[in-house]
Amino acid sequence: MKHDRTALLATETNLTRRSFLVTSAAVGGGLMLSLSLPFGQSEAAGSEAFAPNAFIRIDSDGQVVLTMPYVEMGQGTYTSIPMLIAEELEVNLKQVKLEHAPPNEKVYANPLLGVQATGNSNAMRGAWKPLREAGATARTMLIAAAAKRWGVDANSCRAQDGEVIHAQSGRHLKYGELAADAAKLPVPANVALKAASDFKLIGTPAKRLDISGKVNGSAMFGIDARPPGVKFATLAQSPTFGGRIKNVDDTAAKAVKGVRQIVRLDDAVAVVADHMGAAKKGLEALKIEWDDGEHGGLDTKEVARLLEDATLKPGVVAQNIGDADKAMAGAVTKVEATYHLPFLAHATMEPMNCTVHFRKDECEIWLGTQAIARVQAFAAKAAGLPVEKVIVHNHLLGGGFGRRLEADIAVRAVEIAKQVDGPVKVVWTREEDIQHDLYRPYWFDRISAGLDKDGKVIAWHNRYAGSSVIARWLPPGFKDGLDPDSTEGAIDLVYDMPNFHVEYSRVEPPGIPTGFWRSVGPSHNVFVVESFVDELAAAAKQDPVAYRRAMLGKNPHAKAVLDLVAEKSGWSSPLPKGRGRGVSLQFAFGSWQAQVAEVEVSPKDGTVRVHRVTCAMDCGTVVNPNTVQAQLQSGIMFGTTAALYGEITLKGGRVEQTNFDTYQILRINEAPTVDVHLVASTEPPGGMGETGTSAVVPAIANAIFAATGKRLRKMPVDANVLKQGA
Amino acid sequence: MAFTISINGQTHQVDVDGDTPLLWVLRDVLGMTGTKFGCGAALCGACTVHIDGVATRSCITSVDSIDKSVVTTIEAIGATPAGAKIQKAWLDQEVPQCGYCQSGQIMSASALLASNARPSDSDIDDAMSGNICRCGTYVRIREAIKLASNG
Repeated sequence: MKHDRTALLATETNLTRRSFLVTSAAVGGGLMLSLSLPFGQSEAAGSEAFAPNAFIRIDSDGQVVLTMPYVEMGQGTYTSIPMLIAEELEVNLKQVKLEHAPPNEKVYANPLLGVQATGNSNAMRGAWKPLREAGATARTMLIAAAAKRWGVDANSCRAQDGEVIHAQSGRHLKYGELAADAAKLPVPANVALKAASDFKLIGTPAKRLDISGKVNGSAMFGIDARPPGVKFATLAQSPTFGGRIKNVDDTAAKAVKGVRQIVRLDDAVAVVADHMGAAKKGLEALKIEWDDGEHGGLDTKEVARLLEDATLKPGVVAQNIGDADKAMAGAVTKVEATYHLPFLAHATMEPMNCTVHFRKDECEIWLGTQAIARVQAFAAKAAGLPVEKVIVHNHLLGGGFGRRLEADIAVRAVEIAKQVDGPVKVVWTREEDIQHDLYRPYWFDRISAGLDKDGKVIAWHNRYAGSSVIARWLPPGFKDGLDPDSTEGAIDLVYDMPNFHVEYSRVEPPGIPTGFWRSVGPSHNVFVVESFVDELAAAAKQDPVAYRRAMLGKNPHAKAVLDLVAEKSGWSSPLPKGRGRGVSLQFAFGSWQAQVAEVEVSPKDGTVRVHRVTCAMDCGTVVNPNTVQAQLQSGIMFGTTAALYGEITLKGGRVEQTNFDTYQILRINEAPTVDVHLVASTEPPGGMGETGTSAVVPAIANAIFAATGKRLRKMPVDANVLKQGA
Repeated sequence: MAFTISINGQTHQVDVDGDTPLLWVLRDVLGMTGTKFGCGAALCGACTVHIDGVATRSCITSVDSIDKSVVTTIEAIGATPAGAKIQKAWLDQEVPQCGYCQSGQIMSASALLASNARPSDSDIDDAMSGNICRCGTYVRIREAIKLASNG
């Protein structure tokens, strides 16, 4: 089994440590773009600045500026990444200022993805070695500069709290005083990294660096950008995918006070105004006739049927172990099931938005994005300009969850801005945001297993169909009918499976755009696998935890988290009537996790209340335990929302959900308590931002089964099915 | 037409249609971007401000309804005793993740604390269930309100 914490897409990388350092030497502080900074502006460095790589700049006044190659969307990277650098650079976190990285694939690409993007829970996995090396390189050079000035051996000096110390003579120099000298030294090729036992910062609960502005309204999200003279626009896009405008009557809209301009595109209309209130009022006053196009009759049921049909035919073999067909023929018990998972919208709290100033030979963009280089490239194409003529200012993200890995918003805003004189901020209404998302794919699974007389799995066969997001987003990642995202969690299971066969059929739903959604492939696969293993435990009349445990002979990491969660959740203790506990176990994003959800199902109306979720996690080295705990709480709430409410449906080619009344999000009065237990480890960090989401959905479904005896094979929870007597 | 409104102790004159939601007057006309747009329909609470101390969704509050009332936003809530306590508790508990909804969360929590010094879990549910957090910071929001109420 390939349980490597950094395996995913590693083959795409062409970035070595050396290219980080060499390339970045040309990107000294003075060349850095001026970005909109949430944490205080640092002026571009003068010639005295020391910038040994693209992540660190030390100005002569001693200010340490760290450039963040991974974006902050709530997941805590703007604290954990500085911790890596500061650990090796020997500076205090309070001494650093942060800047958003500009678009530059060569310097700021995630080595695991090969592109400059923050997603797939791999910021820490990608940064772990290179950014500690960046810090160690700078520290080595500062020590060398001090040693040279003092005429002593560099080995007799050490760095601490932003200065170099020569203990024998009691001399010390601050980094700022050494910056100019250090800048003249060659960049060393190999630097030693600290041993885990010497870590001062890594592993401590560091306070978040990004939150002071988030409690007083001063934090700058993309939607808060206000270039001088900005106008405000909102838009109506074709309600069907691929539809076009037939006719627009804008007479009434133009009469709205504050409306300045109506911008008409082939498949959208935007109203430009002095403020969003006027733009929205103008939009409501528009009379638009749409040509629905070829997908005008599309219904979700039709998509489900397409996928279901695809699983009646062979797909591409994603993994084969032994001979599942032969073993199945000899099984004492055979269990079969089909599973559906719905389309899901991201619904980031900050609605989609992008501000663009299109000028004759240049285009300037303000937004919050997970993939700034992609935005720059796509916007350049839309603007008809060379890439270097597109300036992108990144901001804090009011939620990403995969939605802000896409460039569609910037492209649309550029299309509008091309017709507007001066800067224009285009803000999607919540309705447009939900109805024009790139959705988590709909998935259909046809799965079967054969058990021997003791209930042990001797054959596993799974054939599933759905969209490949990677095939569109990162085409080289889709090879021979497979990609690492669509299969993650469906193959390389933690369990011993002597005869195991999994096939995937890529089926793109007609017209419906699909995208990465928090916990991506595992959001589907872990639900199916862990629900079905639970079905097998029930068929074998065994306890779900004990049943799983018996299949973990080769996987001590998985066994450890399962045992821990069973202990901490009080798995075997009795529960009141109407309540149930469900377990799930996964290896995803390079981390092992087990969860137990405790739910209560109302016999009267079938509504489900998730009371408590216990989570045991082995994510390798924990860089910031605060962040890991927060992210697990967050991922669990996100998944609980999906399990209880999440569903995007289409009727007549139109998305039926519009706002938070029809696309519900879990609220505080419905939120479970969450207990997080981390396994101590010195292995390299695994991912964790998405893991809570994929693990909690099957834990909830399994708990509902424990409470009611009803197995949910289609998400979200349908209360009507759970009513007593239903 | 022109309206005179009092925001954070200052008087502002704005010339907009009377049915313009206060949210857009704050954000776009006056450039006070701390108050956030989330849904436009009073479903998520991101736009919460105080009007005469009462937590109010500014996205459905028309500017002509404000009259002589006093508007307080996230930019000035720290100047009130309850707001200062809540902000401190939010930092101590490290509540924010993406942070986008937190202006609204803090405004709702400050109004709660100002009117109820020792809110119970059920009081917290009642006061805060109109505020959605997509990052799911609810566990820490509850802890922070309790911390502030003990402080």
